[in-house]
Amino acid sequence: MSTLLVESPGLLTTVQDLGRPGYGAEGVSASGAADPVALRLGNLLVENDPGAAGLELTLVGGSFVFPDGAVIALTGADLEAAVDGQALEMWTPHTLPAGAKLEFAATRNFARGYLAVAGGIQVDPFLGSASTHVLSGLGGCEGRALRKGDRLRIGKQAKKIRLRRINQAALNALKPRKVLRVTEGPQADWFSEEAKQAFYRDVFQVSEESDRVGLRLEGTALAGSATMEMITEGVSLGAVQVTPSGQPIILFVEQQTTGGYPKIANVIGADLHRIGQLRPRAELRFERTSLAVARSLWMEQERLLSAKGQLFA
Amino acid sequence: MKFRAASDRSILVYLGEEIGQAAHERVVKLLRLLQKQPPSWVRNLQPAYCSLLVDFDLSLANHEVVEETIRSYGQRAEKQCALKTRVVEVPVCYGEDFGPDLKEVAETHGLKPAQVIELHSSGTYHAYFLGFVPGFAYLGDVPAAIATPRLSSPRKKVPVGSVGIAGRQTAVYPLATPGGWRLLGRTPLRVFRADRQPMGLISIGDQVRFRPINSDEFRKLERG
Repeated sequence: MSTLLVESPGLLTTVQDLGRPGYGAEGVSASGAADPVALRLGNLLVENDPGAAGLELTLVGGSFVFPDGAVIALTGADLEAAVDGQALEMWTPHTLPAGAKLEFAATRNFARGYLAVAGGIQVDPFLGSASTHVLSGLGGCEGRALRKGDRLRIGKQAKKIRLRRINQAALNALKPRKVLRVTEGPQADWFSEEAKQAFYRDVFQVSEESDRVGLRLEGTALAGSATMEMITEGVSLGAVQVTPSGQPIILFVEQQTTGGYPKIANVIGADLHRIGQLRPRAELRFERTSLAVARSLWMEQERLLSAKGQLFA
Repeated sequence: MKFRAASDRSILVYLGEEIGQAAHERVVKLLRLLQKQPPSWVRNLQPAYCSLLVDFDLSLANHEVVEETIRSYGQRAEKQCALKTRVVEVPVCYGEDFGPDLKEVAETHGLKPAQVIELHSSGTYHAYFLGFVPGFAYLGDVPAAIATPRLSSPRKKVPVGSVGIAGRQTAVYPLATPGGWRLLGRTPLRVFRADRQPMGLISIGDQVRFRPINSDEFRKLERG
């Protein structure tokens, strides 16, 4: 069986697939790729199932050796990958020879790059998914980020690889945005008009203390929100909760499944993958939309992702 | 039953307005029925004290369809007979290294550590829901006489099996995670096991009792 050898792991590199939804009652959040759209596109390019496991590289890549060669694709943030010194184009498949060394630098604009490998990364699944849940130390490679010396198995896959790339129109439609679209949160009416206006008007900055569990935002304190006592309830992926000090936090893929802070808004399904590309210090704004518009944006995006003809150049 | 959109793909179902077993029983009945006969669009069910968060597949349903279906499930769930409850006994070695906050909790309330142990282990607790991390069950209600708020700054790593309190809630840490609850003791039992069904030692709706043990018994149980 072919393998991938971690020569240097980068800042935070984990095995991710599309996660394990459905175990909330046991306290398990879904985890999964922070930018699932990028992972899906990578898998498409190497002819994998959309949910095959790949590597998620955060901010700074690392270096990886393929002793038996591999077919790979790079998607998401550009980490300036090169093989044996030769720059590697993104959003298209590459066949690497035995012994090839894939080296990444750092991303300049966004947060996470994805390495999809034909056959997928093979680990023992936890609740049906290969996804690493870093906070609870479950799934992926021993429940943790990769380390130097780790050797991961690559599945067998003999499909013919087509030399094609994701076209610019699709990339534009799916690219990261500085304005995240949200619908009103379940406690939106707990906030003063002033706080709501500030929330939809002002620019927030992603704090350094942000990770796959949540993104803490710096900016206008959304005061006047903690006057009522809230009973802990289930929280949705992409919920924007506001702490008693007025700081908004976007709950992300490794979120707690329940929470006791009021939620002013919730990022729409079509923009969830864009949260995964927000790096520390990135600036963002929120734009209010309706449930109906959110749903049609989601449908449109899913249509694009499934209509393969429209994706490729 | 009240409904509120939580996001473009989830809806919160409220089954009561205050924490207590009446509202919670309605939550668990609805949860069980939805688990037994899941509509095709259900992606995840997240129960809590008085509510159930239902995540659905946006491609298959919208809020109106989900609300209408849950309403009819709710009516059927109400008619289900009382839930069977399981009693789970959790042995706990209190104090010393296992419960680094026991002394301070006692001092806060003008009690001796032994009295805190007595109060904490004399009650039967209701498992309201699992949250935070896999297998973390929120148990209530801790006697008011020992209820203590969370630490002002959480520990970076709480040892696995630690038993803590936060306000009138108590819980057993299933994994070594960060945590701000006041630690009174530790259980030698494996609280969360991915290879067991259910994975958590405690499930929603269980009745939980804590049994004080000494360090010899702790080690014996730990060895299994």
